[in-house]
Amino acid sequence: MSLALFIEQLLNGVQFGLMLFLMSAGLTLVFGVMGLINLAHGSLYMIGAFFCAAAAAATGSFWLGLVAGLAAAAAAGAIIEITVIRRLYDRDHLDQVLATFALILILSEGVRMIFGPFPLYLNVPDSLRGTIDLGITQYSLYRLTLIGFGIAVAVGLWLLIARTRLGIRIRAGENDREMIAALGVNIRVLYTVVFALGAALAGLAGALVGAIQSVQVGMGEPVLILAFVVIVIGGIGSIKGAMVGALMVGVIDTMGRFLLPRFFATFLEPSQAMGVGAALASMLIYVLMALVLVLRPKGLFPAHA
Amino acid sequence: MREMRREHMLNVLLAVALFAVPLWAYFASEPFVITLATRVAILAMAGVGLNLALGLGGMVSFGHAVFFGLGGYCAGVLAHHAFSGTPVLMGLPGTNQMLVIWLVAMLTSGLLALVIGALSLRTSGIFFIMITLAFAQMFFYFALSWPAYGGEDGLPIFVRNQFPGLNTMRPWELFVVAYGLLMLVLALFAVIRASRFGAALMAIRQNPDRAAAVGISPFGVKLVAFVISGMITGMAGAMMADLTRFVSPAMMAWQMSGELIVIIILGGTGRLFGPVAGAAILVGFEVIFGGMTEHWKFWLGLVLLAVVLFARGGFVGLLAGRDRHG
Amino acid sequence: MAEPVLELSHLNKAFGALKATDDVSLTLVPGEIHALIGPNGAGKTTLMAQISGKYAPDSGSIRFRGQDITRLSVAQRARLGLGRSFQISSLIPEYSARRNVMLALQARQSHPYRFLMPVRHDRSLTGPATEILTRVGLEGRASVPSAELSHGERRLLEIAVALALNPVCFLLDEPMAGMGTEGVGTLVTFLKALKEQAPILLVEHDMDAVFRLADRITVLVYGRIIASGSVDDIRNDPEVRRAYLGDEVDT
Repeated sequence: MSLALFIEQLLNGVQFGLMLFLMSAGLTLVFGVMGLINLAHGSLYMIGAFFCAAAAAATGSFWLGLVAGLAAAAAAGAIIEITVIRRLYDRDHLDQVLATFALILILSEGVRMIFGPFPLYLNVPDSLRGTIDLGITQYSLYRLTLIGFGIAVAVGLWLLIARTRLGIRIRAGENDREMIAALGVNIRVLYTVVFALGAALAGLAGALVGAIQSVQVGMGEPVLILAFVVIVIGGIGSIKGAMVGALMVGVIDTMGRFLLPRFFATFLEPSQAMGVGAALASMLIYVLMALVLVLRPKGLFPAHA
Repeated sequence: MREMRREHMLNVLLAVALFAVPLWAYFASEPFVITLATRVAILAMAGVGLNLALGLGGMVSFGHAVFFGLGGYCAGVLAHHAFSGTPVLMGLPGTNQMLVIWLVAMLTSGLLALVIGALSLRTSGIFFIMITLAFAQMFFYFALSWPAYGGEDGLPIFVRNQFPGLNTMRPWELFVVAYGLLMLVLALFAVIRASRFGAALMAIRQNPDRAAAVGISPFGVKLVAFVISGMITGMAGAMMADLTRFVSPAMMAWQMSGELIVIIILGGTGRLFGPVAGAAILVGFEVIFGGMTEHWKFWLGLVLLAVVLFARGGFVGLLAGRDRHG
Repeated sequence: MAEPVLELSHLNKAFGALKATDDVSLTLVPGEIHALIGPNGAGKTTLMAQISGKYAPDSGSIRFRGQDITRLSVAQRARLGLGRSFQISSLIPEYSARRNVMLALQARQSHPYRFLMPVRHDRSLTGPATEILTRVGLEGRASVPSAELSHGERRLLEIAVALALNPVCFLLDEPMAGMGTEGVGTLVTFLKALKEQAPILLVEHDMDAVFRLADRITVLVYGRIIASGSVDDIRNDPEVRRAYLGDEVDT
């Protein structure tokens, strides 16, 4: 195992973690501000990817596709919030789970109706093809761009929440729902905006990842469940927790898949080592989650202490 | 009281219908219908398991498919080793006897439920939902990548497992096994619900602080209920594997967990025959609408959404009024 | 004075910078009603929560019948005989009045892990439950779900549940809250009889009722005890009058 390969995998882990952060940030915001668990967040990720792939294929421009994916996810988020989600804020978690589970069925089949049953393919834009020399290793330019995107969005989100009027309202809403209503803020509009913002982040992640995976129905839910793991580790409602949790999950999952089979290969037959290593690697982040639960049941950065 | 009599009547009606339809199919030589009824009975059984945790105890487990799948793998793995004549573990042989398989499925599922429950019940509400989902996903991926028992491709059961005195390869006789087991599990649910344990469990769902204040520890009661719940769902999983003669990681997938919750909600949360009604509705919906359009899940989603938003109480609640604890 | 049933020594509890309980020591002896009063935000509810076990104190100890219970859970304390009634009515909403009492009886009789015998027809529960409901005057409402009882009836049911636990002492958190004059009168008579069965630590806003009922009064302000003594001591304590009672009380 060379150092170059190790660094490359580490960067892959960071890239994966940052994409998970885009998913988790929306989820944790929606929970922190509105107290809602949204299973259909993965569907917004899928919608972003599909609209990006379709628009990119139609216009020939990845960047136009990206804008389309982002806009479609945000619009879908706003529509869903106004028609369905709004009725769920006062309901218990079971109703929220069921209604958003129903939304997954509707949105997945809806996408299948519009785009057909086959996966779409989204190509990496020409300007970002190939690799870049980082000194120690050659690294995919596109993945490096994803890392840049992730960091930029994280900084942007931090500025939004720490510095803007909208951010003040979001933070107020997290602390005290009645207070924010008393401040004269139109809470219905605020909730729609927050939900659409979360949806846009999920759509962005879906569109960006769509270029390195196939774009297909059902792509959102595995990522959604990983985002849940991230939030449980980081603490529900905490953006900072989402960032730390996402990076931990991204890096540990990627490095586990890379290192564990190699570790077992030192004392098992190669084929057996691959199997055992892969199976155990797939469980690593859940073991991490269980550990956090035992030591810090409210996550690493509990927002509502 | 009138509402309770009405629920009793509805229960009897559901129990008779679930038996009468396949009986008719038996004489009309419609084995497909018998198999559907068997599927309803097995899914209902899995639902009864979850109903104990979710309906009575208020534990919204979004990971019950893990017990369903584990039960399925117990049946698959034991049958696989019985078929090939190889030992399962430390010289222990496989088996093709359903009774033994059920016992093993219940024990392993119960053990897993103990571990998952002990960890997850440290939290509640939204955390609990996400954690149970995540743990189920962990075993889903494990089953997917563990190569010994088929991994992604799943594991076929070449010869259906045996039940003493019956030929389980005949659809009708397999149905009788599933139906009998469902009735047993329903009786168990009814007895538990009426017992002191049930009273404590339902009280904890409604008001855990009050239960603690009179001296009942919520954690222990919930954990025991979660373990029993996992055991029942695990046994149902073993039956399902024998019905389809196939197990795959899909039995543990999050969609399956969602389906189990849907079965309970459609039927009526916490109601004795809720899962039976819910499973019948779900399977019926799939057969009827699945035949008309490939996008039947779209319509299922819409119906489900309507039920959650506008018709709380499910099927049993609709016909028998709301639940009362005199 | 007799051996105390309940003894708090030097309890402290802070939430961040806020000292909710500041070096509180007090006792409850058999046969008495000990009232805990103080203005809103004085830390009465926080103190009761530490006694019942919902919060752990930062320091200090709680002894119950000579045993240190500072680290026990709510359920463990309840099983030892510490009977608590809540500030905000918190019964099991879907359960009838009778089943609420039966639940308390069952918790006292045995562990909850009994799966077979149906609870509804269990004579060892239904008999005493009816008896207790009759005692508090709720026998006619026994089958009504507690969520559908009137406010006053729910307070009475709270007392019935506390009675069913047959506790060694009662912790009553504002039992008069939201009751009419007539209801308060009935409850005062009832509590006077009840203290013979087990002493009562009472948090109450209704000053008139407190002065009629209490054998001893402790005054809490900003988490700290500023005075403790008989009804007359408290009425005449200048610090209490200044800090809390103001000019409303004439001596």
